[in-house]
Amino acid sequence: MTTNLMHAGFAKNPSVLRVGVLRGGIEIKQFLRQRESVVFTLLFPVMLLFIFGSVFKDTIAPGVTFSRYFVAGMIASGLVNTGFQQLAITIPMERDFGTLKRLRGIPMSPVSYFIGKVILVTVSMLVQVGMLLAFGTLFFGLKLPTSTELWLRFTWLVIVGSISSTILGIAFSSIPKSGRGASAVVSPIVIVLQFFSGVFFVFSSLPKWMQDFAAIFPLKWLTQGMRSVFLPNSFAVREVAHSWELGKTFLVLVIWIIVGTIWALRSFKWSDK
Amino acid sequence: MRNEEKLNSGEVAIEIIGLTKTYKDKKNGDKVAVDGIDLKVFRNEIFAILGPNGAGKTTTVEILEGYRDRDSGQVSVLGVDPSQLSAQDRSWRNRIGIVLQSTEDAADLTVSESVNHFAHYYSNPKNPAEVIDEVGLSDKANSRIRTLSGGQRRRLDVALGIIGGPEILFLDEPTTGFDPEARRSFWELIRKLQSEGTTIVLTTHYLDEAEALADRVAVINEGKIMEISTPENLGGRNEAKARVSYLRNGVREVVITDTPTRAVYELSEEFDGEIPELIVSRPTLEDIYLSMIKSQENK
Repeated sequence: MTTNLMHAGFAKNPSVLRVGVLRGGIEIKQFLRQRESVVFTLLFPVMLLFIFGSVFKDTIAPGVTFSRYFVAGMIASGLVNTGFQQLAITIPMERDFGTLKRLRGIPMSPVSYFIGKVILVTVSMLVQVGMLLAFGTLFFGLKLPTSTELWLRFTWLVIVGSISSTILGIAFSSIPKSGRGASAVVSPIVIVLQFFSGVFFVFSSLPKWMQDFAAIFPLKWLTQGMRSVFLPNSFAVREVAHSWELGKTFLVLVIWIIVGTIWALRSFKWSDK
Repeated sequence: MRNEEKLNSGEVAIEIIGLTKTYKDKKNGDKVAVDGIDLKVFRNEIFAILGPNGAGKTTTVEILEGYRDRDSGQVSVLGVDPSQLSAQDRSWRNRIGIVLQSTEDAADLTVSESVNHFAHYYSNPKNPAEVIDEVGLSDKANSRIRTLSGGQRRRLDVALGIIGGPEILFLDEPTTGFDPEARRSFWELIRKLQSEGTTIVLTTHYLDEAEALADRVAVINEGKIMEISTPENLGGRNEAKARVSYLRNGVREVVITDTPTRAVYELSEEFDGEIPELIVSRPTLEDIYLSMIKSQENK
């Protein structure tokens, strides 16, 4: 027997938070080295912004062009892309590749793994929202809010929206049967929700059944919330409810956070067997 | 090391009593994977688990690693029952290392980044650069993992398995897909780890691997232990009759005997010196193993 057997139990493991931060760093490093993830998660929404923003320049209300309406919707979509879509696709891949099994077999708390994911989502979300704000302002007539109240509203929408998006992404990661198939399961859901939730079309002009269906899910509420931040206050009367419904928006998002947490705790799988 | 008595007097690293595990499957009927296994692994030995596909090797090892629940039986790994661990309890995991069957993770990191990162999880890790050197990947330290060959990838898996300085290292079919040279150098690495005090439990399909490495082997089939022994003594191999074959007038003759030396001596007298194309052999581990597996199938 040599000395390497002697140390066990003497030194302490690094803290759960410290390991979580290290995981966040390694997650970001890997994210940036995967060309598909950078293009798909970060650049694709910006490309969409340019395509839709350049094609649909009609004015839909006094002082509101469709491209301005669309940018608000894309910022809400950014929260869904970087949280829900990213996690619901990459976690099944990590399960297939053996990443999760390996992490389960080492002295790491599962909490550290999720801290790493939260850091990855936060950083990619900030980059994405930052790019959409910058390009929207420069090219598509987006007006940044001038009042503190609107900035505070924007902040809570981003925070609560990201939390629900992240938790639902973790919960949904148990659904795709394989890593390879995950993107085929998740992407259509996100695209359909974007159509139904008033990202690609003006929400109030959609059929009622579509509006009702979209109202079950967070994205519709996030897009409406973002419009309350980036469109003139006078536009509120053109919403389906003739108001921004901010209290209801908060309530729906919090309900999804609770549902998502229970779902994730029950369904999260570290291996496919 | 190859001394059963010395091992038997040693400290127990792993003990399993009456282990069972059945996989529930409503469609195809339940599958009994492990059907009452008892075994002990001693500190610092290399213990090989042999058996055909689906014999219960991986299930048994995954129960020891804390990946799977069992249905019944007692399990102790370094004095701890893996099924009783909470996810937050990290001290036991500090003391074991796991090399999984196949992994493709972290393809975009370099070898060095990956080993350095994993060192952070442990209370008292080994030096990452030394570990990379130990598994023979120094030349590849700054290469992306996706560019590694299959054998190099497995060496990295071993590096990640030993970075925490484990007392027990589990290896699940570690050399599947290796070329003969890579396999030899992998065996050297495993022997070196043993010489440093690590207890090693490996599953394998390869009889030559078990023979080259293991102090003791357990043969598992259909969820049951058929025998636990040293490779030399498995299946009464040490007492098996020898086979003396040679050419007489261009025709191969075979003598099966307990006294091969005498047989050769007599033949040598008869031929007056050189016996044409003489071969003296005993059953290989593979012969013994295959006859064990076959005899159970015929039951």
